Amino acid sequence: MQRSTELGYNSKVEGDVIVTRRSAALNWLRRGLEGGMNWGRKNSLWPMPMGLACCAIELMGTGASRYDISRFGAEVMRFSPRQSDVMIVSGTVTYKMARVVQRLFEQMPEPKWVIAMGACASTGGMYRSYAVLQGIDRLLPVDVYVGGCPPRPEALLDALMKLQDKVAGEPSLATLKRVA
Amino acid sequence: MTARELALQLGAQFPGLVSAPAEFRGEITLRVAEAERMPEVCAAAKAELGFDYLVDMTSVDNYGQDPRFTVVYHLYSYRHHCWLRLKTAVSEEQSELPTVTGVWRTADWHEREIYDMMGLRFRGHPDLRRILMWEGYPYFPLRKDFPLAGRPSDVPEVAFTGAAPLEGGPFVTTAGGADAAAREPRARTPESEPPRD
Repeated sequence: MQRSTELGYNSKVEGDVIVTRRSAALNWLRRGLEGGMNWGRKNSLWPMPMGLACCAIELMGTGASRYDISRFGAEVMRFSPRQSDVMIVSGTVTYKMARVVQRLFEQMPEPKWVIAMGACASTGGMYRSYAVLQGIDRLLPVDVYVGGCPPRPEALLDALMKLQDKVAGEPSLATLKRVA
Repeated sequence: MTARELALQLGAQFPGLVSAPAEFRGEITLRVAEAERMPEVCAAAKAELGFDYLVDMTSVDNYGQDPRFTVVYHLYSYRHHCWLRLKTAVSEEQSELPTVTGVWRTADWHEREIYDMMGLRFRGHPDLRRILMWEGYPYFPLRKDFPLAGRPSDVPEVAFTGAAPLEGGPFVTTAGGADAAAREPRARTPESEPPRD
C-alpha cells in the first residue's frame, strides 16, 4: 500500500508565513538567538559560593548528592570570581568582610547575578549590631532573596529556578556590549 | 592541693595586695588591689603555684562606677587540676595596665581583644593592634556607652560601618514566660515592664 505524502509547504493548510518585512524578520531572528543564548546561560549558571556562615553548610548540602544542584546545571562551584556567573551570598556579611564581597563581585565577568541566601545576607537577620552589614543589597544588586535561617536546600533550589526564569526573560542581545 | 589552699598561699605571698579568697559556687576569686603589679602576681601563680594555663582573660565595663573597668584572668593548673580567678580594677583615666604576655604567651591575643573591644591598653605588649575590628575603627564597641546599633564610620578602601535599624528594639525574650505571647521577643524598657512585687 502506498501513501501519498505531500512534501511541499501548503499555504492553504498552514497559512501564509512568508516574511515580507525586514524588521519582522530581524525580530524573529533576534528572539530565536536570544532564546538560545538565554537557554544556554540559565542552564549553566556557575555559582561563586560566597559562604560566610552557617548558610554555607546548607549550600554544601544543596550541592551534595541528596539535593544535587547539578540537576539545574549549577553544580560547577567556582572559587574564582572570574569564572562565575552567580554569587550566592550565604551567610552573615560583617562590615569587615563587606568590601571584600563587593570586590569579588566586581571581579566577576558580565553577565552576573546575585542570590542573597538566608536572613543575614538579605537583611542582617538577627544581627542588629555594630558589626554586621544590614543586607548585602546595600552593596550588590540582588536578584533573588531567600528567607530562612538557614534556608533548606529546597529553598535555595527554588531561588535558583526563579533566577533561571529571570535569566530566560532577559533581553540579553540588547545588553551585549559592542566591541569596536 | 585545692584552689582555696593555693589562693591562700598566693595571698600570704602578697599580703595587702591579694585579697582573701572569695568563693562562689565552688569557684575561687582573688582581687588584686593594684593592676600595676599584676604581672608579678601572675608570675608567682605560674611559677610557684603551678597555674600554667591562662584559660581566658576578659574585661568588664562597670559603667557609672569608679574604677570603671575590671580585668579578669581565669587560670588553670594542670599540676593541681583546679581553677583560679584573678580580678583587678582599672580606672577610666588610667585605661592602661602592664601586659602578662611575659608570663603566658597566650595572653597576646586575649589582650589584643580587650584592647579592641574595651579600649584598655597593655603596656609592654609585643603587638598591640586591633584583633577583630580593623585598624582605624574609631570606637570600642563593648563599652556600655556604645550603642548596640553601632555608629557610622568609614575607613576608605578598608571597611565602613553604619547604624543598624533597631526599630524600637533591642527586642528581648523573657525566658520562662507564662505563655508564648509573654515569651515573644519585645522591646523591653523599664517603663514598659509591669511592676514586679
